[in-house]
Amino acid sequence: MKGEVVTREKVYGSPKLRVPLPFRFFCPGCHYGVIVRLICEVLEELGIEGRAVGLAGVGCSFGPIPVAIDIDFTACPHGRAPAMATAIKRIHPEAVVFTVQGDGDLGAIGLGCFMNALLRGEKLTTIFLNNACYGTTGGQMAPTTILGMRTTTTPEGRDPRTTGYPLHAAELVATMKGVAYSARCTVHTPGNFRRAKKAVKTAFQKQMDGIGYGFVEFLSACPTNWRLSPPDCLKFISEKMITEYPPAEFKNIDVSELPVEWR
Amino acid sequence: MAERVLIDGNEAIARGAISAGCKHFFGYPITPQNEIPEFMSRELPKIGGVFVQSECEAASVYMVYGGALAGARVMTSTASPGFSLMQEGISYIAEAEVPAVIVNVMRMGPGIGTGGQHGQTDYRQVTKGGGHGAYRCIVLAPYSAQECFDHMQLAFYLADKYRVLVLVLTDFIIGRMAEPVELRTLEFDPLPGKDWALKGKALKDGKRKFFVSAAFNYGGAPPRYYQHMAEVYQKIKDSEIRYEAYREEDATLLVVSYGSSARMAKRAVDMARAEGRRAGLFRPVTLWPFPEEAVQQAACRAGKVLVVEDSPGELVEDVKFAVQGKVPVHLLGIWGRYTPKGGIMTGGSGIIYPENILEEVRGLA
Repeated sequence: MKGEVVTREKVYGSPKLRVPLPFRFFCPGCHYGVIVRLICEVLEELGIEGRAVGLAGVGCSFGPIPVAIDIDFTACPHGRAPAMATAIKRIHPEAVVFTVQGDGDLGAIGLGCFMNALLRGEKLTTIFLNNACYGTTGGQMAPTTILGMRTTTTPEGRDPRTTGYPLHAAELVATMKGVAYSARCTVHTPGNFRRAKKAVKTAFQKQMDGIGYGFVEFLSACPTNWRLSPPDCLKFISEKMITEYPPAEFKNIDVSELPVEWR
Repeated sequence: MAERVLIDGNEAIARGAISAGCKHFFGYPITPQNEIPEFMSRELPKIGGVFVQSECEAASVYMVYGGALAGARVMTSTASPGFSLMQEGISYIAEAEVPAVIVNVMRMGPGIGTGGQHGQTDYRQVTKGGGHGAYRCIVLAPYSAQECFDHMQLAFYLADKYRVLVLVLTDFIIGRMAEPVELRTLEFDPLPGKDWALKGKALKDGKRKFFVSAAFNYGGAPPRYYQHMAEVYQKIKDSEIRYEAYREEDATLLVVSYGSSARMAKRAVDMARAEGRRAGLFRPVTLWPFPEEAVQQAACRAGKVLVVEDSPGELVEDVKFAVQGKVPVHLLGIWGRYTPKGGIMTGGSGIIYPENILEEVRGLA
């Protein structure tokens, strides 16, 4: 950016909201840490850290994310974050309420809960972390596991004849009327990080403007369960994940597109 | 004097909640409690509150959990199958130590039961907890529309005071029976503020609150969590046990009953007294904490106990435990549902009429 002084602190420093922790929560090469940073930066830049309330689903987001971001935060039972977020937002409409959920949490056990929050047109934001497996429990098949991908419960690779097909959450979400914004992003290159940050910002803005649900799906590396080195994970994302899950903006409506009587 | 209205127990529950300052209701339709969400959907928007119809009871209970974390007085109501669906969330609410109120208007049987007929078959689940993790909830058992109204105010107070979930257990008859109710506001001691509520740190003292797990709250040490909870539960046992004793001072037979069955039992006691039989009624109002000592003392004074409940026998277990084998305990359970003339009720409907209880009393006192 022109005229901006690029300092070491700006490039390598932690966002103010990132709580310094005495130990590492995430595996080396996991993208969750990057996404936590991204969330912190967005909250700071929007100036909403004082009225933000976060809810994390079960999985690798359960403990680390509430602990790591210096805002009001709660971990939630498996799949139920959208229901809990609904109540918090309805009780405190001035709060900015968001959920951070993994693919097992949002796409399997909590799909009904999530879909119904969308159907109700809640003014919430959801950050969906898709790493194509159940990370915490040891890499079992998730709704987002790619066909042919080996997991601990699909040892021969995911076979659609017995396990069905991957869930395309961002596309599905975009079809729902109550949704104002839906996008899929990655953070596997700096350019994608910047695009993702803009998407998350927009998803929060839609809630703050009262337009509707904001949703951002992240393709996130899981080196431990993919049995790949961190650099190979980046390759896997750019070659395999992106083919199945194209990063794109699937929906972005503003208030003028809402029926006049419901604005 | 406060206004008096003729309303059923379900409406009394809803009105009682609103008079306690509950402005947020999350619920799902199920018979026989539909009058509660219907009333709330009509009345809450008028007072700036929120009614959300959830997609299932599992969602309702998590909305209640979220609402409780947000620091508001929140509730849901359901009936037996829906209450089963809520067990997971109840366990989480207990873990997080947030105050909330859930009403279970019981119907009969496991599974779909009789599809909405009367019964008192959730006693064990409600008092002992159907969820995982050795938690406790306060259980209040109103036996009239007036008590439904009053107990909702008490329930919200106790929930806030101890930061526990309070369950209000009624049944089809209590829920759908209309009686005069005095819309009185009960006075309670002041409560501490909810500085732990999630609403954005700027709206508090600028310090954030976060919740991950109970063990995390207690230094990662589950025994410390359980030690703390044991202290909370002991305080509740020390000061919140409630019961009603009726004509039991000189009784030679103690009838123990709760909810709608206690209404029948009270009538049966009067009928027995008119015949010169010294029967008395003991009615636990808090099912947890259960008035163990009071039951034992009254039972030992009388020398004989008859438990009346519209179930195959659940309350009777608590009574037997309290009495410790010191006096005989008899049960008149759901098979006591004969018509007063002696024919057995064949459908799912029916109640244990006072005449049937009287017959049992005659054999014992």
